[in-house]
Amino acid sequence: MEDITNYLDMGGHAAFVWPALGVATLVIVVMTITSLRALRASKIALSAAEAQAPLRRSRTTPVGTDG
Amino acid sequence: MFHRFANPARFSRIAARVLPWSAAATIALFVIGIYFALFASPADFQQGETVRIMYVHVPSAWISMACYTFIAVMSAVALIWKHPLADIAARSAAPLGAGFTLIVLITGSLWGKPTWGTWWVWDARLTSVLVLFFLYLGHIALTNAFDNPQRGARAAAVLALVGFVNIPIIKFSVNWWNTLHQPASVTRLDAPAIDPAILTPLLLMALAFTFYFLTMLLVRMRADLNATRARALRLSAAE
Repeated sequence: MEDITNYLDMGGHAAFVWPALGVATLVIVVMTITSLRALRASKIALSAAEAQAPLRRSRTTPVGTDG
Repeated sequence: MFHRFANPARFSRIAARVLPWSAAATIALFVIGIYFALFASPADFQQGETVRIMYVHVPSAWISMACYTFIAVMSAVALIWKHPLADIAARSAAPLGAGFTLIVLITGSLWGKPTWGTWWVWDARLTSVLVLFFLYLGHIALTNAFDNPQRGARAAAVLALVGFVNIPIIKFSVNWWNTLHQPASVTRLDAPAIDPAILTPLLLMALAFTFYFLTMLLVRMRADLNATRARALRLSAAE
């Protein structure tokens, strides 16, 4: 138990080490969530657009593809 | 060779295939890196336990500068060859760069207080990194400031190229001016001036951050490509 307390105390610098690691974790988690959400939303938007324009699909597909 | 991957559809397919592997590598590297950074490495003889802040501060700083360099190169490609994928790459990278620069600023401040006795000084290194953060915010704002995405991309590309002058200033600020910030101890021409016990977690975390950045870049680029294609389909359907 004392070992854990000593470890968490970070040599008396706990007030600096843990917030620093916490902020880094928070920013990384936020970036991950926003990026994955954007990907999911874009897939939904693309499916909706493709469903709305099924006839145009064959004409628009070659643009920007290697087809 | 690169133009093969610059085709948006082919890029999207390759990215989809690479993503699970790069995500797995990122997680594995973070697990190993965090283990070394928090448990399997000693306290520094001068910095004490605050050295553990360096394991996120230094890799974030490297990524923040590498990311801006990437944006500047992509902006040049977009302006010269008008390749749409280059614009997408630049605007996908900018929020990640801003995030990493925010980590650099906050963790640096939290390290500075116990080590230097101050949260912040307006010295060359710290100020130029703050400018980098504002350049990222400016890039994101300009990208979204126009109804026409292409105009936004062009304005942001010009900002990225003009702002690139800040990167060598950040890198060499510790050599050119008297700064509170210490000079480079890993990226020097001779051997790194860091003990292997500290260097190992630092390099592992740097590798983890690099893989994380590349993975998120691929995710964001795929999202942008999908959104761009959905917009084009909607416009063609409305005609």
